[in-house]
Formats: sequence, structure tokens, C-alpha cells
Amino acid sequence: MNRKVMIPIASIIVFIGFLLLKFDFEAVDSSQALWDAFIVTAGGFLTLMIFSFLYRDNPFYKFAEHLYVGVSAAYWMCVGFWSNIVQQAIPHLSPWLSEALDQPFLGYKWDYWIPIAFGLLLLTRLLPDSLKIGWLSKWTLAFIVASTAGLLMTANLKANFISQISSTMSLPLLPDWTGFGDFVSNFDLSYGGQFIKMLSNWVIVVGVISGLVYFFFSKEHTGWFGRVSRLGIWVLMVTFGASFGYTVMGRVSLLVGRLTFLFRDWAGIIS
Amino acid sequence: MKRTIPWIITIVTGFVLVIAEFVPPWGKMREDVLIYFQIISVFAFFLGGGSLLKINLQKVFSKRTDWEYALVTVVGFFVMLALGLFKLGNPEMATAGYAADLNANGSWFKNLFDAVKAPLSASMYSLLAFFIASASYRAFRAKNSDATVLLVSAFIILMGQTFVGVVATGWMPDWVSFFKVENLSLWLLAKANLAGQRAILIGIALGIVSMSLRVILGIERTHLSGGDE
Repeated sequence: MNRKVMIPIASIIVFIGFLLLKFDFEAVDSSQALWDAFIVTAGGFLTLMIFSFLYRDNPFYKFAEHLYVGVSAAYWMCVGFWSNIVQQAIPHLSPWLSEALDQPFLGYKWDYWIPIAFGLLLLTRLLPDSLKIGWLSKWTLAFIVASTAGLLMTANLKANFISQISSTMSLPLLPDWTGFGDFVSNFDLSYGGQFIKMLSNWVIVVGVISGLVYFFFSKEHTGWFGRVSRLGIWVLMVTFGASFGYTVMGRVSLLVGRLTFLFRDWAGIIS
Repeated sequence: MKRTIPWIITIVTGFVLVIAEFVPPWGKMREDVLIYFQIISVFAFFLGGGSLLKINLQKVFSKRTDWEYALVTVVGFFVMLALGLFKLGNPEMATAGYAADLNANGSWFKNLFDAVKAPLSASMYSLLAFFIASASYRAFRAKNSDATVLLVSAFIILMGQTFVGVVATGWMPDWVSFFKVENLSLWLLAKANLAGQRAILIGIALGIVSMSLRVILGIERTHLSGGDE
């Protein structure tokens, strides 16, 4: 027997061994107990398969990677089908289909045939090239691109342009100001203190302006404009550093979660 | 025909949706289009799934290199699809029929999600922690002032989230509590970071507006090109 056959067989035997170890033989509902054992065992094996990539690309990693692609594609298809087609579209399209799929019929909405028609046109891409009708999918693509443009243009102008500028410019540069004397006598560097509030607002206002100056390429970045642009780079560097640090923490907490699962739920080494 | 109709669809749809923003009786049209989007997205998922299946089945039948893994993809795809589309092993099917919750507790679909998709997703993303660590080792060298600012900013954020960082600056009195690393980290995220994020967001918004205008006016047509049979 060659390695290509031996390794999968040995893996399946080890998997079944772990499954039996995890199976609760005293459970009342043996079917659910089997699923529970399968969830923990499969989760542990697949986690190890993914982590095996840290050594190098190998058949176990490839197996897990390909399984992930197949299962994910089907998962999103099912979720989309039941939540959007069955629950949103069908109750407005056909009483017969609604009844067949145990959905309440909510009355006809003929315009719902528009996305269905565009959706079916999109699927023409899957038909054999010999039929030469794949180009019809561009009608759907045109609708998607135009709708995105039409919806995003005004929405972005409001949410990301006007509101961001107004939130920046409405910040008080001298918050809680009751006079210079009070400011000096109560001066401290506590987190919620007046000076830090003031500093924060100045950093935001100056940071946004200098960041925008950096993105303005119609004027050469020299002289005072260049110096403001340089400050903009620093502001952006702080942003990138903060985002990076935050992302690292997110990934590390996921890693801790997987390791906890491996050592506690799967291997039972820690309680 | 192949280019003109999609071009007309682009211009008409784009204009109508922009005008709808300013004509209150048409306002609902924008909400409807969002629902259309969700419905079309399902067909896009089906297109993606069908394409994935087509490519992998071709690989399996022609026994190309690594065809065994393509078979794993196909089997995983069909098993998950069958459990989800037909709601096999769903305990709520007995009472609610096809109205049963797809992710009902104890359903085979949910069980397979918990056994396969959830651990694979989490492991894939947690694997990135190692690559980020190695990337930061290479990138985080204080070669110049910009890199130093980046390094210091990320370092403070990381220290602020750890026990060591909190203990190291825990002795500071309240009147300088701003310099406690957890506060500094919070301030960087909520204030200094916000300034850069806003500048980027404003830039993105301007970019989206100009790109949208190009699409709606029919100047940008790259989405209509290529793939002519």
C-alpha cells in the first residue's frame, strides 16, 4: 500500500478513535451525543490541519483548505436562498410556491420579478459557451454597478463627507473654558481632564486638515504646504499603527480562542 | 445590443436612484433596490457555487494534479448544500415544515457548521496572527521618523491591551493618568486614530462620488467590457 492511501486511512482510524473517546456512552439522546462528539473531534482535527501550514504546505492543510472552500460556498448559498429568496421574494411572487415552502403569502409585488429576472440572466454565465448567451449577464452587472453608484453617491456624500467634516469642525477647541486663571489652577494630565479634552480636539481638527492636505496632489508638497503634508503623514502613520495593533490583538485573541478549544475542549488538558 | 442595452440600464438606473434621493415620493424606490440587491446576491452566490463546481468537477474528471482535493471541495459542497437546501435532520421541520429555522439547534446543517465551517474560519484567521507577527518583525524597524511613529503607535496599542502594560504604568498618580498605558492606548484609538480615519473617509467619499458620477454618466464602462462571446 502506498503513502497516498495509507495516510488517509490512518487519519480516519485516528479520527474514529478520538470520536469514540469523546462520545458520551451514557447520554440519553445518543444521536445528539454523536453530533457533540463529532463537533469537538472534527473541530480539533481541522484546527490542527490548518495550523500544520506553519510547518509547510502539506496534504492535511490542503484537505482542510479545500473542504473550507466547498462548505463555505454551500453555506452562503443556503443562507441566501432561505433568507432572501424564500422569505423575502417568494411570499410576494406566487401563492402556490409560498404554500409549498410553508411561507405566508403577503400579496403580489410585481416589481420583485425584476431582481429574479436579473438573477436568472446572471446565471447565463454558467451555460455552455456554445449557446453564446453568456453576455446577457452583463445586463445584471450593469444594474448592480449602476445601483451601487446611485445609492452610494448620495449616501457617501451625507455620511462620510458632510457629516465627517461637520463633526470635525463642530468640536470646541476650548472645551469647558471658564477663563485662563481657572485653566492654570486646575491644570492636570488626568485622562478626563480639561487639558486632555482640549488636546484631543486639537489633534482631531489639525489631524484631519493635515491628513487631507497630504491627499491633495494638485499642488506641489513644498514650503508650508509640504510641512503640513508631512504632519499629515505622521497622523496617517499613527492611524495605521493603531489599526495594525488593533488587528494584531484581534488575531491573537482568535488564536487564544483556538488554543483554548484545542487544549480544553478537544484534548482535555486544561479545565 | 451587447453593449448598448447594459449601457442604457446603467445610465437609467443610476439617474433614477440619484433623483429618487431628492424626490420624496420616490424615496421607497431606494429601499426596494436594496431588497433587489439581496435577491440578486443569492443568484450571485449560485453563480459562484456553480462556477466552483464546474471547475472542480472538470479537475476531478480529467484527473489533473491534486484532483483528490477538488473532490473534497465537491463533496463538502454537496453535503452542506443538501443539508441546507432540504433542511435535512432539522428538528423544527416536524412542526414548522419548510418555515423551520435553518440554523435551529440540533439541525444537521447547524451541526456541520459548528463542526467544520466555524473551526476552519477561526483557525484560518488565527493563523494570520503568526504571519502578522513575522511581518511586523520585518516592517517595524525604526528606519525613519514615519516608521518610528507607526512603531510607537502600534506598540502603545498592543501594550494597552496586555496585563504587563497595565502593571508597568499602574503606579502613576491620577493627575498624570493620561500617561497610563491603557489610557494612552484608548486615546490613540479614539482620538489620534480618529483624525487619520476621518481624513481617509473623506478622501474615500470624494473618490466614490467621482467614480459614481463617471459610471452614471456612462464615462466609465470597464464593467461592460470583456468576455464577449
